[in-house]
Amino acid sequence: MADSPFIARGFHRHRAADPANRLPPGQYETNDFPVLSAGPTPRSSLATWDFTLRDEAGNTLRWSWDEFQSLAHETPMVDIHCVTKWSKFDTRWEGVSIDTLLAAAREKGIGEGAFVLAHCDGGYTTNLPLGDVTGGKAWVVFSFDGAPLEPEHGGPARLLVPHLYFWKSAKWVRGLRILQHDQPGFWEQLGYHDRGDPWKEQRYQGDP
Amino acid sequence: MEGAALSRRSVTPARLEWQVANVADVRAETDRTRTLVLRVPAWSGHRAGQHLDVRLVSEDGYRAERSYSIASAPEAAAVELTIERLEDGEVSPYLCDVLQPGDGLEVRGPIGGYFVWTTMQPGPLLLVAGGSGIVPLMAMLRHRTHADAKARANVPVRLLYSARTWMDVIYKDELEKLKSDADVSIAFALTRESSADASGFRRRVDRAMLEEAAWPASDMPNVFVCGPTPFTESVASLLVELGHAPANVRTERFGPTG
Amino acid sequence: MKTEEMHLDGNAAGGMLADVFARDTTAAAATCASCGAVAPLGALLEYGQGMGAILRCSTCECTVLRIVRTPGRLHVDLSGVALLVIPE
Repeated sequence: MADSPFIARGFHRHRAADPANRLPPGQYETNDFPVLSAGPTPRSSLATWDFTLRDEAGNTLRWSWDEFQSLAHETPMVDIHCVTKWSKFDTRWEGVSIDTLLAAAREKGIGEGAFVLAHCDGGYTTNLPLGDVTGGKAWVVFSFDGAPLEPEHGGPARLLVPHLYFWKSAKWVRGLRILQHDQPGFWEQLGYHDRGDPWKEQRYQGDP
Repeated sequence: MEGAALSRRSVTPARLEWQVANVADVRAETDRTRTLVLRVPAWSGHRAGQHLDVRLVSEDGYRAERSYSIASAPEAAAVELTIERLEDGEVSPYLCDVLQPGDGLEVRGPIGGYFVWTTMQPGPLLLVAGGSGIVPLMAMLRHRTHADAKARANVPVRLLYSARTWMDVIYKDELEKLKSDADVSIAFALTRESSADASGFRRRVDRAMLEEAAWPASDMPNVFVCGPTPFTESVASLLVELGHAPANVRTERFGPTG
Repeated sequence: MKTEEMHLDGNAAGGMLADVFARDTTAAAATCASCGAVAPLGALLEYGQGMGAILRCSTCECTVLRIVRTPGRLHVDLSGVALLVIPE
C-alpha cells in the first residue's frame, strides 16, 4: 500500500453542506433511496407472514400479520445512515415499536437478555444490544412514505433502528431471538461492528 | 537453476497493484459517453473482455472505486476505457467532464478470466450488447480485426446492439465500417428512436429478434452478453430457451452505480 | 430507485477475488456446497456492492463466497464452496 495515496485532481465527494450538523462523520446526504442487498429479494405472502420473539429457553411469542397490525402503531420520522456513506433525512415510516413487542413478551414470560439477533426471510441476520432496540429507538415497520413497504426496501416488514448504521435495520425481518451473549450476524461475521453507531463511526469490529 | 529463478521472478503480480496511469486523451463518443486513452506504465497486456478498476481519492481522503471494461484491443498502443456519464453519479461525471490529458488516474488490472475472448477460440461469435454493454464487446471486435483474413473467416461474428436511440449508439462509424467484412453482421435494436431514418429493429430484444439476428444454437457459437442486469438476464435466458448451451453463454452485468 | 434485482455477477468482484487468491479467479470453477452446481466465479450472482462481495449460486441462490474488506484485512467466508478449481 502506498504511503501517500495518489490524489485525483479536482475530485470531490458529494456536496458536503450540512448546516444543521445532521450528517455523521464521513456521510453525505442523498435524495435517492439506494437499494443494497446481500441477496435476492424474498417475496413473502402476508397470509403466511409472522413475527416471532424467542428466548434461549425456546419460549416464543408469535404474531400473524393481522395480529401485528392490531398492535399500537407509531409513525417515526427519522434520518437514516448507511455504512456506504449515504444518509437520507426525514424518512417517514409506520410500524410497531419494539418496546411494544417486548412488553407483550414480558407478560408472556419470555426471558430477557442483553442482546438480540434479528432473523429474516432469505437468511439475513444482524445482532444488536438490547439497549439499542428499547426506549423508543426501534420499530418493526411496514410502511414507508405513506405506502406499504416495497419488497426491494424490505417489505412486508423490516427493522428500523435509525440511530445505528442502516445494515442493522434488517429487511424482511421475521423475528428476534433474545440472547444472553452477543452473536454476530451476517455482516458482523465478516468484520462489521457489533453495534454500528454512525456518530462514533463504528463501521468495523475493533472501531472504538 | 538460474532459468527457474528467472521464471519465478518474471511472474510479477504487478497488475494486481494500483498504479497511476497517465491520461493521454479524452475523446467524446456520444453526448453521454467519453473514451479515456491511458498510458499505463507497468502494463502487462490484456484480453478482450477484461476490465480495469479505477480509484479516485480526494484531498480529504474520500475514496471511490469503480470497474470499467477495456474498450481497446489488446493489440492497440494505448489502453482505452469508454465511460458513460450517469446523472448523479459520483465517479463517471468526474471521468467524463473533469479529467484532462496530462492528469493521472489510479487503475488496477486487467481483471477478468471468465468474460474474455480471443480469436484463438474457434467458432462463430455472438455478441449481444445493451447500452454501454457494447464496450467489452467492442474490444472483442477490435481484437478480431487484427487477425489475418484466414483467422477472421474462422470466427465470423454477429452483433446485436440494443440502445435507446441512434444518438446513443457508441462507435457508430467504426461499426458501420466493420460491416464491410463479409463475416461480420451487425443489427441494432433501438428502443426509443422516433426518427424514420435509422435502420434496425424498433423494440426491445425479444425471442423473435434473437431468432432472426443471432446464430442458431446448432452453430454452437461462443456467446457474450453484456449490459444492465435485467437486459443481460433476459437475453441469456432467451438464448438458453433457443437451445444455446448455458456454458457457452457468458454474461457480464453492468450496475447502475455512477 | 429501480426495482430490478440489484445484483451484478462475479466479474464485478474480480479485483477483490484477485486480492484474496493473488491471481484472477473469475474463470475458476466453484462447486456450490448447498446444491452441488458448478459454475465459474464470474458467472455467480454478486450482491452486497458497497459493503462487500457476496457471491451466490445462480442455481439455488445460496451463498457461495463472501468477502469484506475492513481496514488492513480481508475477511473471507468460503464455507459455501465445496470445491474450487482454478485454471493456471
